[in-house]
Amino acid sequence: MTPVTRESRQAAHESEADATRAAPVAPRRRRRFTKDNIVKAMFIVPAAIYIVLFFGYPVVKNLLMSLQEYTTKTFFTGEAPFVGIENYLTVVDSNLFWPSMTNTALFTIGSIAGQFTIGLALAVFFKRRFPLSGFLRAMLLLPWLLPLIVASATWRSIMDKDSGILNQFLTGVGLDAVPWLTSPSVALTAVIIVNIWIGIPFNLTILYGGLQDIPGELYEAGALDGATGWKAFWHITVPNLRPVVSVVLVLGVVYTLKVLDIILGMTNGGPANATQTLAIRSYQESFVNFEFGVGAAFSNILIVISLVFAVIYLRANRRAVDE
Amino acid sequence: MRHRRYLTVLAAAAVVPIALSGCSGGSSGSSGDPDTLTILDYYNNEPDKTLVQETLDTCAADLGVTIDRESVPGKDLIQKVLQRSSSKTLPDVLMLDNPDVQEIAATGGLSPLSNYDVDTEGFADGIIEAATYEGELYGLAPAVNTLGLFYNVDLLEEAGIDPPETWAELKDAAAALTDGDQYGIAFSAIATYEGAWQFLPFMWTNGGDETDLDTPEVQEALQLWVDLVDDGSASNSVLNWSQADVKDQFAAGKAAMMVNGPWQIPALNETDINWDSVQVPVNEVGQTPVAPLGGEVWTVPETGDRDKQAKAAEFVECISSDDNQLALAESRYLVPTRTALSEEFVEKMPEMKSFTEQVANARSRTGKLGEDWPEAATVIYNAIQLAITGKAPVDEAFSQASEG
Repeated sequence: MTPVTRESRQAAHESEADATRAAPVAPRRRRRFTKDNIVKAMFIVPAAIYIVLFFGYPVVKNLLMSLQEYTTKTFFTGEAPFVGIENYLTVVDSNLFWPSMTNTALFTIGSIAGQFTIGLALAVFFKRRFPLSGFLRAMLLLPWLLPLIVASATWRSIMDKDSGILNQFLTGVGLDAVPWLTSPSVALTAVIIVNIWIGIPFNLTILYGGLQDIPGELYEAGALDGATGWKAFWHITVPNLRPVVSVVLVLGVVYTLKVLDIILGMTNGGPANATQTLAIRSYQESFVNFEFGVGAAFSNILIVISLVFAVIYLRANRRAVDE
Repeated sequence: MRHRRYLTVLAAAAVVPIALSGCSGGSSGSSGDPDTLTILDYYNNEPDKTLVQETLDTCAADLGVTIDRESVPGKDLIQKVLQRSSSKTLPDVLMLDNPDVQEIAATGGLSPLSNYDVDTEGFADGIIEAATYEGELYGLAPAVNTLGLFYNVDLLEEAGIDPPETWAELKDAAAALTDGDQYGIAFSAIATYEGAWQFLPFMWTNGGDETDLDTPEVQEALQLWVDLVDDGSASNSVLNWSQADVKDQFAAGKAAMMVNGPWQIPALNETDINWDSVQVPVNEVGQTPVAPLGGEVWTVPETGDRDKQAKAAEFVECISSDDNQLALAESRYLVPTRTALSEEFVEKMPEMKSFTEQVANARSRTGKLGEDWPEAATVIYNAIQLAITGKAPVDEAFSQASEG
């Protein structure tokens, strides 16, 4: 995102300069101006069409769908009567709406907090050079490479109450077995733990990159003034990392809000609806109950929440560029 | 300058296909060739894929048509059908899981078999009920399945226990067979339609009814499941187990009994487990075990091509001919749907005896509620989850679950 803004602004400056330079020769200026514009437009048109087709259409369609009674019949007859905000009322009225809102919030906050803290700690750790650090860092990327549905199936067997390796380890060291996926009070924590595991590589990679950009002289100068260890971390690393942190956090929130595969694969929203989130509700209403209108309403609520964070992201980003 | 102009044209030319490709969706529905029938089913795994292909090939030869078959994963079938409905490219012959027939028939996408001269005599009542929507029959099933109680013969003999016939015996047997990391019984109480389907034999056998779930009969059945989990005879992982997981537990010797269907038999025969099966136990002596009817129905979609639809109807009739019923039932461990074939079938396949008996009294899931069945199924599996996790007492689970 950053380079795009910078470049487009630069391009704007250049075309202004062009225009002033060409000003004295009026007819020529005019011709060049339009031709330039056509060529420029040509470069924009494919992207514009792409966005309209693959982003604009689904979003508008989804919005319309949430205002229609859209069921299995619709596919055959093409009839989907408009029902106004009825689907949204169904959503808000349902007993699972507030629990799924709360679960979405807990899942997102818990995942981000865990991913970020551990990712940052690992990034700082790997900043020092030591043997095998490159290899270890590569190993830590593995969760990122794994298809989510594979990861969730694997974790489901790891967290199985009776034969799962996790409980065998716990009982082996003298602790009690934990009903990871069978107790409504633990299941949400279990899926958060797995989502943290999956999110660490992303946080680690981006934060590690950010750390590389902090000039070493700052630490040398800081050390002369007595800032080492935690002091150096708080007064040199944290402030210099801030632009990267805002990017990581906001992108993390937007990714986590819509997580579906992990929960679907591990608990399918159960036990006893303990892991229902907005994304899961949207999926189940649409593709299990075939209430496409209600499903669309759920996902639109999710989109609005994501948009709030996307706006924060864009503003933070702009500030980062201005700095 | 000239080059520029070419560039402009080129760029424009490059854009057009991108725009067009967004609109045209590649699709292969009812093909133009009058002697080719397109077929859509969900037997995309072996050995089922090949076994069903044999029957389809037989019928294609009988009717003198060629077939163009597509098999998609089970969970994608309905989405595929809906997509094809909207692009008017439905296949000539469509296989549907029996609880989905009424839902799809209600969309107007299927053609009733009464439009064609199809022989529908002698089929088990349950399967006719499942394929009937508003008085019209929409499909035929060559073979069906249902649920029963599998048991590990060696473990039961060792413990000196007879296969249970009542719930009380089931509880005692399950408790006696629970030892260390071996549970007495395994079943699926997962938060999907699969969980609801496994609960039905207990609910129906006890006189429970999906049109009114808040009755003592239904609650007693739920109490049985809760008791089995609470006293440790069943793992509370049943909350997450699909029927395939249940089979794995049984096959690994970690469960002495399990509720499951005959489609697991091929997999069980590959293990060392010495298994047998009985009908689902009843609450009180004298009750008739009633299990849900599973299996797939072959239908004729509305494609607009009258002649082809007539040919497709003949094809559907052929799939359910006596010979094909027996062949499919034998190779895929199912039960023929023409009740007159039962005796001959059990003689050939004695291990299918309990399931064949069970099918005679089996009920379809959509028989009473039709298109409203999925909603009831959701209430059922949610109530099961609430009760087993202890989030709601058994007598409140169904009312709580039905509030959504």
